[in-house]
Amino acid sequence: MTRLSVRKTYKLWIGGAFVRSESGRYDHALGRDGAHVANLPRASRKDVRDAVAAARKAFGPWAARTAYNRGQILYRAAEALESRAAELAARSVSRDEVDAAIDVLLHYAGWTDKIHPVLGGVNPVAAPFLSFSVPEPTGIVGVVAPDEPELLGLIAEVAPALAAGNVVVAILSEKWPLGGLDLGEVLGVSDVPGGVVNLLSGRRGELAQALGAHRDLNAILDAAGDAELSAELDRLGAETIKRVRHGRPAATYDEAVADSLSRLEAVTELKTAWHPVGA
Amino acid sequence: MIRRLPHVDRVGIEERAAMLGKRSIKTTAKQQGIRLAVSMLDLTTLEGADTPGKVRQLCAKAVCPAPTMPEIPSVAAICVYPALAGVARGALQGTGVRTASVATGFPSGQVGLDVKLRETEDAIAAGAEEIDMVISREAFLAGDDARVQEEIVRVKEACGDAHLKVIVETAELGSYDHVRHASMISMEAGADFVKTSTGKAATGATPGVCLVMLEAIRDYAERTGRIVGFKAAGGVSTSKAALHRLVLVKETLGDEWLTADRFRIGASSVLNDLLMQYAKTETGRYGRSEDFSKE
Repeated sequence: MTRLSVRKTYKLWIGGAFVRSESGRYDHALGRDGAHVANLPRASRKDVRDAVAAARKAFGPWAARTAYNRGQILYRAAEALESRAAELAARSVSRDEVDAAIDVLLHYAGWTDKIHPVLGGVNPVAAPFLSFSVPEPTGIVGVVAPDEPELLGLIAEVAPALAAGNVVVAILSEKWPLGGLDLGEVLGVSDVPGGVVNLLSGRRGELAQALGAHRDLNAILDAAGDAELSAELDRLGAETIKRVRHGRPAATYDEAVADSLSRLEAVTELKTAWHPVGA
Repeated sequence: MIRRLPHVDRVGIEERAAMLGKRSIKTTAKQQGIRLAVSMLDLTTLEGADTPGKVRQLCAKAVCPAPTMPEIPSVAAICVYPALAGVARGALQGTGVRTASVATGFPSGQVGLDVKLRETEDAIAAGAEEIDMVISREAFLAGDDARVQEEIVRVKEACGDAHLKVIVETAELGSYDHVRHASMISMEAGADFVKTSTGKAATGATPGVCLVMLEAIRDYAERTGRIVGFKAAGGVSTSKAALHRLVLVKETLGDEWLTADRFRIGASSVLNDLLMQYAKTETGRYGRSEDFSKE
Protein backbone atom coordinates (compact mmCIF):
# COMPACT_ATOMS: atom_id res chain seq x y z
CA MET A 1 0.00 0.00 0.00
CA THR A 2 1.35 3.43 -0.88
CA ARG A 3 1.53 5.95 1.87
CA LEU A 4 -0.34 9.24 1.59
CA SER A 5 2.18 11.95 2.42
CA VAL A 6 1.14 14.71 4.77
CA ARG A 7 1.59 18.12 3.20
CA LYS A 8 2.83 20.86 5.40
CA THR A 9 0.57 23.83 6.16
CA TYR A 10 2.64 26.86 7.03
CA LYS A 11 1.56 29.68 9.29
CA LEU A 12 2.27 33.37 9.49
CA TRP A 13 4.83 34.48 12.03
CA ILE A 14 3.44 37.43 14.00
CA GLY A 15 4.52 38.60 17.43
CA GLY A 16 6.61 35.49 18.03
CA ALA A 17 3.67 33.17 17.42
CA PHE A 18 2.82 31.03 14.42
CA VAL A 19 -0.74 31.95 13.55
CA ARG A 20 -3.27 31.36 10.82
CA SER A 21 -4.39 34.33 8.82
CA GLU A 22 -7.19 36.20 10.56
CA SER A 23 -9.10 35.80 7.29
CA GLY A 24 -8.78 32.02 7.35
CA ARG A 25 -7.56 32.03 3.72
CA TYR A 26 -5.05 29.54 2.35
CA ASP A 27 -3.16 29.11 -0.90
CA HIS A 28 -1.26 26.25 -2.49
CA ALA A 29 2.49 26.59 -2.54
CA LEU A 30 3.96 25.24 -5.72
CA GLY A 31 7.41 23.75 -6.15
CA ARG A 32 9.69 24.82 -9.01
CA ASP A 33 8.22 21.95 -11.04
CA GLY A 34 4.67 23.22 -10.51
CA ALA A 35 3.67 20.49 -8.07
CA HIS A 36 1.54 21.29 -5.02
CA VAL A 37 4.10 20.91 -2.22
CA ALA A 38 2.58 22.72 0.75
CA ASN A 39 -0.19 25.01 1.91
CA LEU A 40 0.38 28.54 3.09
CA PRO A 41 -1.75 31.26 4.62
CA ARG A 42 -2.87 34.24 2.57
CA ALA A 43 -2.56 37.15 5.01
CA SER A 44 -5.08 39.99 5.08
CA ARG A 45 -4.89 43.69 5.87
CA LYS A 46 -5.83 42.89 9.46
CA ASP A 47 -2.85 40.57 9.71
CA VAL A 48 -0.70 43.50 8.60
CA ARG A 49 -2.26 45.61 11.35
CA ASP A 50 -1.66 42.88 13.94
CA ALA A 51 1.93 42.49 12.78
CA VAL A 52 2.58 46.22 13.07
CA ALA A 53 1.04 46.27 16.55
CA ALA A 54 3.25 43.33 17.59
CA ALA A 55 6.28 45.04 16.09
CA ARG A 56 5.54 48.29 17.93
CA LYS A 57 5.44 46.37 21.19
CA ALA A 58 8.74 44.64 20.45
CA PHE A 59 10.55 47.74 19.20
CA GLY A 60 11.39 49.41 22.54
CA PRO A 61 13.03 46.41 24.18
CA TRP A 62 14.88 45.41 20.97
CA ALA A 63 16.27 48.89 20.41
CA ALA A 64 17.25 49.10 24.08
CA ARG A 65 19.44 46.01 23.91
CA THR A 66 23.12 46.67 23.62
CA ALA A 67 24.51 46.49 20.12
CA TYR A 68 26.72 43.65 21.29
CA ASN A 69 23.70 41.64 22.44
CA ARG A 70 21.85 42.24 19.16
CA GLY A 71 24.94 40.96 17.39
CA GLN A 72 24.93 37.82 19.50
CA ILE A 73 21.28 37.22 18.70
CA LEU A 74 21.82 37.67 14.95
CA TYR A 75 24.83 35.38 15.13
CA ARG A 76 22.69 32.81 16.87
CA ALA A 77 20.07 33.18 14.13
CA ALA A 78 22.79 32.44 11.56
CA GLU A 79 23.71 29.36 13.58
CA ALA A 80 20.11 28.18 13.59
CA LEU A 81 19.84 28.72 9.85
CA GLU A 82 23.07 26.80 9.29
CA SER A 83 21.76 23.79 11.18
CA ARG A 84 18.61 23.74 9.04
CA ALA A 85 20.38 24.55 5.79
CA ALA A 86 20.08 21.08 4.27
CA GLU A 87 16.37 20.98 5.02
CA LEU A 88 15.77 24.36 3.38
CA ALA A 89 17.86 23.40 0.39
CA ALA A 90 15.83 20.24 -0.06
CA ARG A 91 12.51 22.05 0.06
CA SER A 92 12.64 25.58 -1.19
CA VAL A 93 15.89 27.29 -2.14
CA SER A 94 19.28 26.28 -3.47
CA ARG A 95 22.06 25.36 -1.09
CA ASP A 96 24.18 28.19 -2.44
CA GLU A 97 21.45 30.68 -1.64
CA VAL A 98 21.03 29.36 1.91
CA ASP A 99 24.78 29.59 2.44
CA ALA A 100 24.83 33.14 1.14
CA ALA A 101 21.89 34.05 3.40
CA ILE A 102 23.73 32.67 6.43
CA ASP A 103 26.83 34.64 5.53
CA VAL A 104 24.81 37.85 5.13
CA LEU A 105 23.24 37.37 8.57
CA LEU A 106 26.69 36.82 10.02
CA HIS A 107 28.03 39.88 8.23
CA TYR A 108 25.37 42.18 9.68
CA ALA A 109 25.69 40.52 13.11
CA GLY A 110 29.21 41.88 13.04
CA TRP A 111 27.97 45.35 12.08
CA THR A 112 25.75 45.92 15.14
CA ASP A 113 28.39 47.46 17.40
CA LYS A 114 30.14 49.31 14.57
CA ILE A 115 27.19 51.43 13.42
CA HIS A 116 27.56 53.83 16.31
CA PRO A 117 31.28 54.62 15.85
CA VAL A 118 30.98 54.79 12.05
CA LEU A 119 27.84 56.91 11.71
CA GLY A 120 27.99 58.83 14.97
CA GLY A 121 30.63 60.73 16.86
CA VAL A 122 31.70 64.17 17.98
CA ASN A 123 31.13 66.86 15.37
CA PRO A 124 33.73 69.57 14.75
CA VAL A 125 31.83 72.81 15.31
CA ALA A 126 33.12 76.36 15.37
CA ALA A 127 31.45 77.32 18.61
CA PRO A 128 32.05 76.68 22.31
CA PHE A 129 29.82 73.62 22.33
CA LEU A 130 30.27 69.91 22.37
CA SER A 131 28.19 68.62 19.48
CA PHE A 132 27.75 64.91 19.04
CA SER A 133 25.59 62.67 16.90
CA VAL A 134 24.15 59.31 17.86
CA PRO A 135 22.54 56.89 15.39
CA GLU A 136 19.16 55.58 16.48
CA PRO A 137 16.94 53.00 14.81
CA THR A 138 14.17 54.34 12.58
CA GLY A 139 11.52 52.10 14.18
CA ILE A 140 9.27 49.64 12.43
CA VAL A 141 10.61 48.80 9.01
CA GLY A 142 8.39 47.20 6.39
CA VAL A 143 10.10 44.95 3.87
CA VAL A 144 8.67 43.97 0.51
CA ALA A 145 10.73 40.96 -0.51
CA PRO A 146 11.67 40.14 -4.10
CA ASP A 147 10.63 36.96 -5.93
CA GLU A 148 14.21 36.03 -6.79
CA PRO A 149 16.22 35.21 -4.83
CA GLU A 150 13.44 34.70 -2.33
CA LEU A 151 15.56 34.01 0.78
CA LEU A 152 18.74 35.95 0.13
CA GLY A 153 16.75 38.92 -1.19
CA LEU A 154 14.71 38.91 2.03
CA ILE A 155 17.67 38.54 4.37
CA ALA A 156 19.58 41.29 2.58
CA GLU A 157 16.80 43.72 3.61
CA VAL A 158 15.93 42.29 7.03
CA ALA A 159 19.44 41.77 8.43
CA PRO A 160 20.67 45.39 8.23
CA ALA A 161 17.37 46.66 9.62
CA LEU A 162 17.68 44.34 12.62
CA ALA A 163 21.36 45.13 13.10
CA ALA A 164 20.54 48.83 13.38
CA GLY A 165 17.96 48.08 16.09
CA ASN A 166 14.79 48.21 14.02
CA VAL A 167 11.99 45.69 14.02
CA VAL A 168 10.62 44.27 10.78
CA VAL A 169 7.31 43.42 9.17
CA ALA A 170 8.12 41.61 5.94
CA ILE A 171 5.91 40.63 3.05
CA LEU A 172 7.33 37.50 1.49
CA SER A 173 7.56 36.85 -2.21
CA GLU A 174 4.13 36.05 -3.60
CA LYS A 175 5.57 33.64 -6.12
CA TRP A 176 8.12 31.78 -3.96
CA PRO A 177 7.22 32.27 -0.29
CA LEU A 178 8.52 29.00 1.13
CA GLY A 179 12.07 30.17 1.79
CA GLY A 180 10.75 33.06 3.86
CA LEU A 181 8.28 30.88 5.74
CA ASP A 182 11.07 28.41 6.50
CA LEU A 183 13.17 31.31 7.72
CA GLY A 184 10.35 32.18 10.15
CA GLU A 185 10.44 28.68 11.56
CA VAL A 186 14.21 28.92 11.96
CA LEU A 187 14.06 32.32 13.68
CA GLY A 188 11.21 31.03 15.84
CA VAL A 189 13.62 28.66 17.56
CA SER A 190 16.50 31.14 17.67
CA ASP A 191 16.93 33.90 20.25
CA VAL A 192 15.22 36.60 18.19
CA PRO A 193 12.52 37.96 20.52
CA GLY A 194 8.86 37.67 19.50
CA GLY A 195 7.62 40.54 17.35
CA VAL A 196 11.09 41.67 16.23
CA VAL A 197 10.57 39.91 12.90
CA ASN A 198 7.09 39.35 11.50
CA LEU A 199 6.59 37.44 8.25
CA LEU A 200 3.47 37.53 6.11
CA SER A 201 2.71 35.52 3.02
CA GLY A 202 -0.03 36.40 0.59
CA ARG A 203 -0.87 38.74 -2.27
CA ARG A 204 1.88 41.34 -2.54
CA GLY A 205 -0.35 44.06 -3.95
CA GLU A 206 -2.90 43.76 -1.15
CA LEU A 207 -0.38 43.53 1.70
CA ALA A 208 2.15 46.10 0.48
CA GLN A 209 -0.66 48.62 0.06
CA ALA A 210 -1.83 48.03 3.64
CA LEU A 211 1.73 48.23 4.92
CA GLY A 212 2.43 51.45 3.04
CA ALA A 213 -0.76 53.03 4.31
CA HIS A 214 -0.17 52.17 7.97
CA ARG A 215 0.83 55.34 9.76
CA ASP A 216 2.63 53.53 12.57
CA LEU A 217 5.20 52.07 10.18
CA ASN A 218 8.34 54.20 9.96
CA ALA A 219 10.06 52.96 6.82
CA ILE A 220 9.63 50.66 3.85
CA LEU A 221 12.41 48.79 2.07
CA ASP A 222 11.07 47.83 -1.31
CA ALA A 223 13.05 45.19 -3.16
CA ALA A 224 10.18 43.83 -5.22
CA GLY A 225 11.26 45.60 -8.40
CA ASP A 226 7.68 46.37 -9.43
CA ALA A 227 7.53 49.89 -10.91
CA GLU A 228 3.83 50.35 -10.31
CA LEU A 229 4.10 49.20 -6.69
CA SER A 230 7.15 51.44 -6.17
CA ALA A 231 5.17 54.47 -7.28
CA GLU A 232 2.29 53.52 -5.00
CA LEU A 233 4.64 53.05 -2.05
CA ASP A 234 6.21 56.45 -2.74
CA ARG A 235 2.80 58.05 -2.72
CA LEU A 236 1.71 56.29 0.48
CA GLY A 237 5.06 56.96 2.11
CA ALA A 238 4.70 60.66 1.44
CA GLU A 239 1.15 60.67 2.77
CA THR A 240 2.01 58.87 5.99
CA ILE A 241 5.52 60.32 6.44
CA LYS A 242 7.74 57.29 6.23
CA ARG A 243 11.09 56.58 4.68
CA VAL A 244 10.86 54.61 1.44
CA ARG A 245 13.91 52.98 -0.12
CA HIS A 246 13.76 51.10 -3.37
CA GLY A 247 16.50 48.69 -4.19
CA ARG A 248 17.44 45.96 -6.60
CA PRO A 249 17.21 42.49 -5.04
CA ALA A 250 20.59 41.27 -3.84
CA ALA A 251 21.39 38.29 -6.05
CA THR A 252 24.64 37.28 -4.37
CA TYR A 253 26.39 37.59 -1.05
CA ASP A 254 28.60 40.31 -2.50
CA GLU A 255 25.64 42.36 -3.63
CA ALA A 256 24.03 42.05 -0.19
CA VAL A 257 27.07 43.31 1.68
CA ALA A 258 28.79 45.65 -0.80
CA ASP A 259 26.67 48.64 0.20
CA SER A 260 26.32 47.67 3.89
CA LEU A 261 26.69 51.17 5.21
CA SER A 262 24.07 52.70 2.96
CA ARG A 263 21.67 49.88 3.83
CA LEU A 264 22.23 50.53 7.53
CA GLU A 265 22.02 54.29 7.12
CA ALA A 266 18.66 53.99 5.40
CA VAL A 267 17.08 52.65 8.58
CA THR A 268 18.96 54.85 11.04
CA GLU A 269 18.17 58.33 12.34
CA LEU A 270 20.94 60.59 13.54
CA LYS A 271 20.25 62.42 16.76
CA THR A 272 22.52 65.38 17.32
CA ALA A 273 22.92 67.04 20.69
CA TRP A 274 24.62 70.35 21.53
CA HIS A 275 26.12 70.55 24.95
CA PRO A 276 27.53 73.76 26.43
CA VAL A 277 31.04 73.19 27.75
CA GLY A 278 31.55 76.20 29.99
CA ALA A 279 32.61 78.64 27.31
CA MET B 1 -32.16 38.35 51.90
CA ILE B 2 -30.74 34.90 52.37
CA ARG B 3 -28.39 33.40 49.81
CA ARG B 4 -31.04 31.33 48.12
CA LEU B 5 -30.95 32.85 44.68
CA PRO B 6 -30.97 30.32 41.86
CA HIS B 7 -27.55 29.40 40.58
CA VAL B 8 -26.10 31.20 37.62
CA ASP B 9 -25.46 28.93 34.64
CA ARG B 10 -21.77 29.64 34.21
CA VAL B 11 -21.31 27.86 30.90
CA GLY B 12 -24.50 29.32 29.44
CA ILE B 13 -23.59 32.85 30.53
CA GLU B 14 -20.10 32.70 29.08
CA GLU B 15 -21.37 31.16 25.87
CA ARG B 16 -24.00 33.87 25.39
CA ALA B 17 -21.63 36.67 26.40
CA ALA B 18 -19.04 35.44 23.94
CA MET B 19 -21.64 35.03 21.19
CA LEU B 20 -22.74 38.64 21.60
CA GLY B 21 -19.14 39.70 21.03
CA LYS B 22 -18.97 38.18 17.59
CA ARG B 23 -21.11 40.69 15.75
CA SER B 24 -19.49 42.43 12.89
CA ILE B 25 -19.89 46.15 13.51
CA LYS B 26 -18.52 48.15 10.58
CA THR B 27 -18.51 51.55 8.88
CA THR B 28 -21.32 53.87 9.96
CA ALA B 29 -22.58 51.49 12.66
CA LYS B 30 -19.07 51.38 14.08
CA GLN B 31 -18.80 55.17 14.02
CA GLN B 32 -22.12 55.47 15.79
CA GLY B 33 -21.08 52.84 18.34
CA ILE B 34 -17.80 54.62 19.02
CA ARG B 35 -19.52 57.98 19.52
CA LEU B 36 -22.01 56.31 21.85
CA ALA B 37 -19.24 54.60 23.82
CA VAL B 38 -17.34 57.88 24.21
CA SER B 39 -20.47 59.64 25.48
CA MET B 40 -20.83 56.94 28.15
CA LEU B 41 -17.24 56.97 29.30
CA ASP B 42 -16.16 57.65 32.85
CA LEU B 43 -12.66 58.81 32.01
CA THR B 44 -10.69 57.61 34.98
CA THR B 45 -7.38 58.35 36.61
CA LEU B 46 -6.72 56.61 39.90
CA GLU B 47 -2.98 56.70 40.38
CA GLY B 48 -0.89 57.67 43.34
CA ALA B 49 0.93 59.99 40.94
CA ASP B 50 -2.18 61.99 39.98
CA THR B 51 -1.63 65.71 40.34
CA PRO B 52 -3.98 68.69 39.92
CA GLY B 53 -2.23 69.46 36.64
CA LYS B 54 -2.81 65.99 35.26
CA VAL B 55 -6.45 66.05 36.33
CA ARG B 56 -7.02 69.46 34.71
CA GLN B 57 -5.48 68.19 31.50
CA LEU B 58 -7.64 65.08 31.59
CA CYS B 59 -10.71 67.26 32.14
CA ALA B 60 -9.89 69.25 29.02
CA LYS B 61 -9.64 66.01 27.10
CA ALA B 62 -12.92 64.79 28.62
CA VAL B 63 -14.76 67.85 27.33
CA CYS B 64 -13.24 67.71 23.86
CA PRO B 65 -11.64 64.30 23.27
CA ALA B 66 -10.49 65.04 19.70
CA PRO B 67 -10.37 68.65 18.50
CA THR B 68 -9.87 67.46 14.92
CA MET B 69 -13.05 65.38 15.03
CA PRO B 70 -15.72 67.70 16.45
CA GLU B 71 -18.47 65.10 16.03
CA ILE B 72 -16.95 63.10 18.90
CA PRO B 73 -18.98 64.01 22.00
CA SER B 74 -17.72 64.81 25.49
CA VAL B 75 -17.36 61.88 27.85
CA ALA B 76 -19.94 61.37 30.61
CA ALA B 77 -17.75 61.97 33.64
CA ILE B 78 -14.28 62.21 35.07
CA CYS B 79 -13.48 59.78 37.88
CA VAL B 80 -10.76 60.69 40.39
CA TYR B 81 -9.74 60.23 44.01
CA PRO B 82 -11.56 62.42 46.57
CA ALA B 83 -8.53 64.68 47.07
CA LEU B 84 -8.77 65.75 43.43
CA ALA B 85 -12.56 65.95 43.12
CA GLY B 86 -12.45 69.70 43.77
CA VAL B 87 -9.89 70.26 41.00
CA ALA B 88 -11.96 68.22 38.57
CA ARG B 89 -15.20 69.99 39.48
CA GLY B 90 -13.56 73.35 38.99
CA ALA B 91 -12.20 72.39 35.59
CA LEU B 92 -15.50 70.90 34.45
CA GLN B 93 -17.77 73.73 35.60
CA GLY B 94 -20.42 74.43 32.99
CA THR B 95 -19.25 71.76 30.54
CA GLY B 96 -21.90 69.11 31.21
CA VAL B 97 -19.23 66.56 32.10
CA ARG B 98 -19.87 65.27 35.60
CA THR B 99 -17.38 64.81 38.40
CA ALA B 100 -17.18 61.39 39.98
CA SER B 101 -15.04 60.42 42.94
CA VAL B 102 -14.20 57.05 44.37
CA ALA B 103 -14.65 56.78 48.13
CA THR B 104 -15.06 54.39 51.07
CA GLY B 105 -11.48 53.21 51.29
CA PHE B 106 -11.14 52.51 47.58
CA PRO B 107 -10.02 50.04 46.30
CA SER B 108 -9.97 47.53 49.19
CA GLY B 109 -12.64 49.06 51.41
CA GLN B 110 -10.75 47.84 54.46
CA VAL B 111 -11.51 50.80 56.74
CA GLY B 112 -14.18 51.44 59.33
CA LEU B 113 -17.64 52.69 58.41
CA ASP B 114 -17.07 56.09 60.02
CA VAL B 115 -14.03 56.64 57.82
CA LYS B 116 -16.02 55.58 54.74
CA LEU B 117 -18.80 58.02 55.54
CA ARG B 118 -16.37 60.82 56.24
CA GLU B 119 -14.57 60.20 52.95
CA THR B 120 -17.87 60.25 51.08
CA GLU B 121 -18.90 63.52 52.73
CA ASP B 122 -15.53 65.04 51.94
CA ALA B 123 -15.73 64.06 48.30
CA ILE B 124 -19.19 65.55 47.98
CA ALA B 125 -18.16 68.71 49.80
CA ALA B 126 -15.30 69.02 47.33
CA GLY B 127 -17.72 68.89 44.44
CA ALA B 128 -18.24 65.24 43.47
CA GLU B 129 -21.61 64.64 41.83
CA GLU B 130 -21.20 60.90 41.69
CA ILE B 131 -19.65 58.56 44.24
CA ASP B 132 -18.08 55.22 43.34
CA MET B 133 -18.03 53.17 46.55
CA VAL B 134 -16.70 49.68 47.10
CA ILE B 135 -18.64 47.04 48.99
CA SER B 136 -16.97 45.45 51.96
CA ARG B 137 -15.78 42.19 50.40
CA GLU B 138 -14.39 41.22 53.75
CA ALA B 139 -17.94 41.19 55.16
CA PHE B 140 -19.50 39.72 52.03
CA LEU B 141 -17.11 36.78 51.88
CA ALA B 142 -17.66 36.12 55.60
CA GLY B 143 -21.38 35.87 54.86
CA ASP B 144 -22.29 39.07 56.65
CA ASP B 145 -24.73 40.41 54.04
CA ALA B 146 -26.41 42.62 56.61
CA ARG B 147 -23.25 44.63 57.14
CA VAL B 148 -22.64 44.97 53.41
CA GLN B 149 -26.16 46.28 52.98
CA GLU B 150 -26.02 48.53 56.02
CA GLU B 151 -22.86 50.19 54.74
CA ILE B 152 -24.38 50.88 51.34
CA VAL B 153 -27.51 52.34 52.97
CA ARG B 154 -25.41 54.64 55.17
CA VAL B 155 -23.17 55.75 52.30
CA LYS B 156 -26.26 56.39 50.18
CA GLU B 157 -27.60 58.65 52.96
CA ALA B 158 -24.28 60.48 53.07
CA CYS B 159 -24.46 60.95 49.30
CA GLY B 160 -27.65 62.98 49.41
CA ASP B 161 -28.38 64.01 45.81
CA ALA B 162 -25.17 62.57 44.46
CA HIS B 163 -25.40 59.43 42.38
CA LEU B 164 -24.09 56.32 44.09
CA LYS B 165 -22.29 53.64 42.11
CA VAL B 166 -21.59 50.48 44.05
CA ILE B 167 -18.50 48.49 43.05
CA VAL B 168 -18.86 44.79 43.85
CA GLU B 169 -15.30 43.97 42.67
CA THR B 170 -16.23 40.78 40.85
CA ALA B 171 -12.68 39.44 40.71
CA GLU B 172 -12.69 39.02 44.48
CA LEU B 173 -16.11 37.41 44.79
CA GLY B 174 -15.16 34.01 43.45
CA SER B 175 -18.23 33.00 41.44
CA TYR B 176 -21.06 34.27 39.26
CA ASP B 177 -23.49 33.27 42.02
CA HIS B 178 -21.73 35.69 44.35
CA VAL B 179 -21.62 38.38 41.67
CA ARG B 180 -25.35 38.15 41.18
CA HIS B 181 -26.01 38.08 44.89
CA ALA B 182 -23.75 41.05 45.61
CA SER B 183 -25.45 42.99 42.80
CA MET B 184 -28.87 42.23 44.27
CA ILE B 185 -27.79 43.32 47.75
CA SER B 186 -26.41 46.56 46.35
CA MET B 187 -29.59 47.34 44.44
CA GLU B 188 -31.79 46.49 47.44
CA ALA B 189 -29.68 48.84 49.52
CA GLY B 190 -30.29 51.75 47.16
CA ALA B 191 -27.47 51.80 44.61
CA ASP B 192 -28.11 54.04 41.60
CA PHE B 193 -25.55 52.08 39.61
CA VAL B 194 -23.86 48.75 40.11
CA LYS B 195 -20.30 48.59 38.90
CA THR B 196 -18.15 45.57 38.19
CA SER B 197 -14.66 46.40 39.37
CA THR B 198 -12.18 48.85 40.78
CA GLY B 199 -9.74 48.27 37.95
CA LYS B 200 -7.12 47.37 40.55
CA ALA B 201 -7.84 43.62 40.68
CA ALA B 202 -6.59 40.85 38.42
CA THR B 203 -9.66 40.85 36.18
CA GLY B 204 -12.34 43.43 35.52
CA ALA B 205 -15.52 43.72 33.53
CA THR B 206 -15.27 40.42 31.67
CA PRO B 207 -18.16 39.75 29.28
CA GLY B 208 -19.51 37.01 31.56
CA VAL B 209 -19.50 39.19 34.64
CA CYS B 210 -21.19 42.02 32.74
CA LEU B 211 -23.94 39.72 31.52
CA VAL B 212 -24.60 38.33 35.01
CA MET B 213 -24.91 41.83 36.46
CA LEU B 214 -27.05 43.09 33.58
CA GLU B 215 -29.43 40.18 34.07
CA ALA B 216 -29.54 40.94 37.80
CA ILE B 217 -30.48 44.55 36.94
CA ARG B 218 -33.15 43.37 34.52
CA ASP B 219 -34.64 40.95 37.06
CA TYR B 220 -34.55 43.57 39.79
CA ALA B 221 -36.26 46.14 37.54
CA GLU B 222 -38.96 43.63 36.64
CA ARG B 223 -39.54 42.77 40.29
CA THR B 224 -39.48 46.27 41.80
CA GLY B 225 -39.87 48.69 38.90
CA ARG B 226 -36.77 50.61 39.99
CA ILE B 227 -34.21 51.44 37.32
CA VAL B 228 -30.60 50.79 38.25
CA GLY B 229 -27.68 51.66 35.97
CA PHE B 230 -24.64 49.58 35.11
CA LYS B 231 -20.99 50.52 34.92
CA ALA B 232 -18.44 48.22 33.33
CA ALA B 233 -14.98 49.09 34.61
CA GLY B 234 -11.62 47.38 34.43
CA GLY B 235 -10.06 45.67 31.45
CA VAL B 236 -12.13 47.43 28.80
CA SER B 237 -9.14 48.75 26.89
CA THR B 238 -10.05 48.32 23.23
CA SER B 239 -12.80 49.63 20.99
CA LYS B 240 -13.84 46.09 20.30
CA ALA B 241 -14.30 45.42 24.01
CA ALA B 242 -16.26 48.66 24.44
CA LEU B 243 -18.60 47.85 21.55
CA HIS B 244 -19.02 44.34 22.92
CA ARG B 245 -20.23 45.83 26.23
CA LEU B 246 -22.70 48.04 24.35
CA VAL B 247 -24.10 44.97 22.60
CA LEU B 248 -24.43 43.14 25.94
CA VAL B 249 -26.40 46.06 27.41
CA LYS B 250 -28.63 46.44 24.38
CA GLU B 251 -29.45 42.75 24.17
CA THR B 252 -30.09 42.35 27.91
CA LEU B 253 -31.75 45.61 28.91
CA GLY B 254 -32.72 47.19 25.62
CA ASP B 255 -32.19 50.56 23.97
CA GLU B 256 -33.47 52.53 26.99
CA TRP B 257 -30.28 51.59 28.83
CA LEU B 258 -28.02 52.96 26.13
CA THR B 259 -27.74 56.41 27.70
CA ALA B 260 -25.14 57.87 30.00
CA ASP B 261 -27.78 57.98 32.77
CA ARG B 262 -27.99 54.22 32.84
CA PHE B 263 -24.77 52.85 31.41
CA ARG B 264 -21.14 53.81 31.82
CA ILE B 265 -17.79 52.42 30.83
CA GLY B 266 -15.05 53.15 33.33
CA ALA B 267 -11.67 53.26 31.62
CA SER B 268 -8.61 55.29 30.82
CA SER B 269 -6.74 53.89 27.83
CA VAL B 270 -9.84 52.90 25.86
CA LEU B 271 -10.57 56.50 24.85
CA ASN B 272 -7.50 56.75 22.64
CA ASP B 273 -8.27 53.43 21.02
CA LEU B 274 -11.82 54.59 20.32
CA LEU B 275 -10.45 57.78 18.76
CA MET B 276 -7.90 55.85 16.71
CA GLN B 277 -10.55 53.46 15.44
CA TYR B 278 -12.83 56.37 14.60
CA ALA B 279 -10.06 58.10 12.67
CA LYS B 280 -9.43 54.82 10.83
CA THR B 281 -13.05 54.67 9.67
CA GLU B 282 -12.70 58.24 8.37
CA THR B 283 -9.31 58.04 6.66
CA GLY B 284 -8.93 54.33 5.96
CA ARG B 285 -5.43 54.52 7.47
CA TYR B 286 -4.30 52.82 10.66
CA GLY B 287 -2.97 55.47 13.03
CA ARG B 288 -0.18 55.71 15.55
CA SER B 289 -0.50 56.07 19.29
CA GLU B 290 1.07 59.55 19.21
CA ASP B 291 -1.91 60.81 17.20
CA PHE B 292 -3.79 61.49 20.42
CA SER B 293 -2.56 62.93 23.70
CA LYS B 294 -2.34 60.59 26.66
CA GLU B 295 -4.11 63.06 28.90
